[in-house]
Amino acid sequence: MALRLFDGKGTPLERQRFTWRELAHKPISKLDDDAFTRVRVILMNGIESEAIRFQHLAARMNGPLRESLARIRRVEQHQETQVNWLLGADHSPLETTIGYEQVAVEVTAALARNEPDPYVAEALRFAMLEDFDHLYRYSALMDRLTGMDPNNILQCYTDILPGRATSVEHRDPLDDLTRPWDKATAQPLTKLHTMTIVSGEYQTHDYYMNVGPSFADPVARQVYAEIASIEEQHVTHYEALLDPSLTWLEQWLLHEANEAYNYYGCLQQESNPRIKAIWERMLDYELGHFHHVAQLMKDHERRDPQEVFPGALPEPFPYASNRDFVRKVLVDEVSLRRNGTRFVPLAEESQASIDYRRHMNSQGSPTEIVAAGYRWLPGTELNRKAAGF
Amino acid sequence: MEQSAQIAMKNRTGLGMSPTQSKQLLESLKGIDGQPAAAAGDGHALAEMRATFRAEAEPLGTVPAPTSLKGMAKSGAKMLAGKRPQVLIDKLAERAAFERGGTRLYEGVLVKLRAESRASSGEVPRELTEGMLCRIRDEEAGHFRLVSECIEQLGGDPTVETPSADLAGIESTGLLQAVSDPRTTLAQSLHAALAAELVDHAGWELLIRLSEEIGNSSMVRRFREALRQEDEHLSRVRGWYEQLTLAEGGASAS
Repeated sequence: MALRLFDGKGTPLERQRFTWRELAHKPISKLDDDAFTRVRVILMNGIESEAIRFQHLAARMNGPLRESLARIRRVEQHQETQVNWLLGADHSPLETTIGYEQVAVEVTAALARNEPDPYVAEALRFAMLEDFDHLYRYSALMDRLTGMDPNNILQCYTDILPGRATSVEHRDPLDDLTRPWDKATAQPLTKLHTMTIVSGEYQTHDYYMNVGPSFADPVARQVYAEIASIEEQHVTHYEALLDPSLTWLEQWLLHEANEAYNYYGCLQQESNPRIKAIWERMLDYELGHFHHVAQLMKDHERRDPQEVFPGALPEPFPYASNRDFVRKVLVDEVSLRRNGTRFVPLAEESQASIDYRRHMNSQGSPTEIVAAGYRWLPGTELNRKAAGF
Repeated sequence: MEQSAQIAMKNRTGLGMSPTQSKQLLESLKGIDGQPAAAAGDGHALAEMRATFRAEAEPLGTVPAPTSLKGMAKSGAKMLAGKRPQVLIDKLAERAAFERGGTRLYEGVLVKLRAESRASSGEVPRELTEGMLCRIRDEEAGHFRLVSECIEQLGGDPTVETPSADLAGIESTGLLQAVSDPRTTLAQSLHAALAAELVDHAGWELLIRLSEEIGNSSMVRRFREALRQEDEHLSRVRGWYEQLTLAEGGASAS
């Protein structure tokens, strides 16, 4: 059943509240819960994190909206806490990293498969191949630093193979900019997909920036530094898809719609009943925010918010392995590069990116060093007896 | 490459290096006029809250049922008769995870040994050679494969991460951090390896007890051989650590 944003009012803002106990409740099981439950937890943390980030920026530049922003932002803060605290403490930073990259591969692939705008779909596929490679590099790091098997996080849903090599992903800043869609003609789904992927990439960048220095191993510290730099590029790449002429209220409404839409997808597909109840509550809270902001749009811009989100939204993307799709994109598009806002064949890559990369890699590429000769095997590469793989 | 315990007036922690600030800080213990009262109560509330969370907590996870009942029946008939086979599988998986981590731990110690040798400090014990460390590392990897084989024989899946294997990873985190830090010395890295070997030793003793319980003489024999090797690791690592520390303190390494 498709989500109709204007059908229900959700939980009224004044009834949206938490206790500390609710925020820090029982986590998911790293071992027993489905990997896609963890994928949903990580993605929704990113979406809440983006909501808070956006609302702070909006408050700095919109005096008349500050009271509403302050009230809603407080709820978003506690929603993010409740979601992010679902990750159990037995997830090491490196295991959580593997989870983040699984989100980056599987969610990006699902968005690309469902994206109606061909250019946006191409942008999604392009960066997906880079995150696919990050998963491979971090897997090598996990195996070779700790002796742990990354597949125990991935649960066999996602391949561990080289993608577009991280060492060639470093580009000139101007080659990360993409062409924005037009808010008047872009479909609502394109807008939601863009907001979802910007949120996911931003939190991944922030996570690597926070945990990178917590590693003692000098190679691990460099690997995080190198991949965090690409995540910053990915934020630039996806953020540039947003139409810069969106008003503050259009952007805010888009954020709230996207939160509701993603919680709806989580609710539809969650296998853990306790977590499903959390998604349901969060969906109702977000619908409350959406209607509050819709009213603000009527009051401040004298516009009908139903113009922005007419009718029912399409079905949310499925949380499932995209193995065949990813493999096909890998074979067909791994050699693509960037030149300005275009995705180009290898030979047409911009000289500015080549020059930038040459210097960045001039003292060695940590992601090349950590994965030299690495092939994932069930039970880690120490399991040499697993001949035939 | 500096030694770990050099004396210098650089360490700013503690009170002694901040005579003026520490004096003012200690004055605060007498209280400041108008300060808010300290929170009432003591550490009991903390313990009580932790206890309520413990009471409601769900386990880390579960041990999957054996994929082959035939293998389980063949190798652990007595266990099937009334004891819980998952205990043995869980502890075997714990050892497998620990031995894999141990292999990587010794690779880190090797880096420190090579650096120390290059620096020609003259304090490296004679028996602490690259060849000897490689042997220990390879034996740890061999133990991982041994345990994996035993899990398969019992009808289990050696690639599964069981709750005890999960915990072994958490417990080992600090040891790996200590060894992989480029600032730590060979002696400091060996201290982490010593902590690992002490735990490993107890782990193998328990595995022997558990395999005796199910009457699997083949596993008992193979685990005793692994324990003999671990005994040697423990003895060597303890000795090297002590010699290096004593040498740092002025005694000569032998």
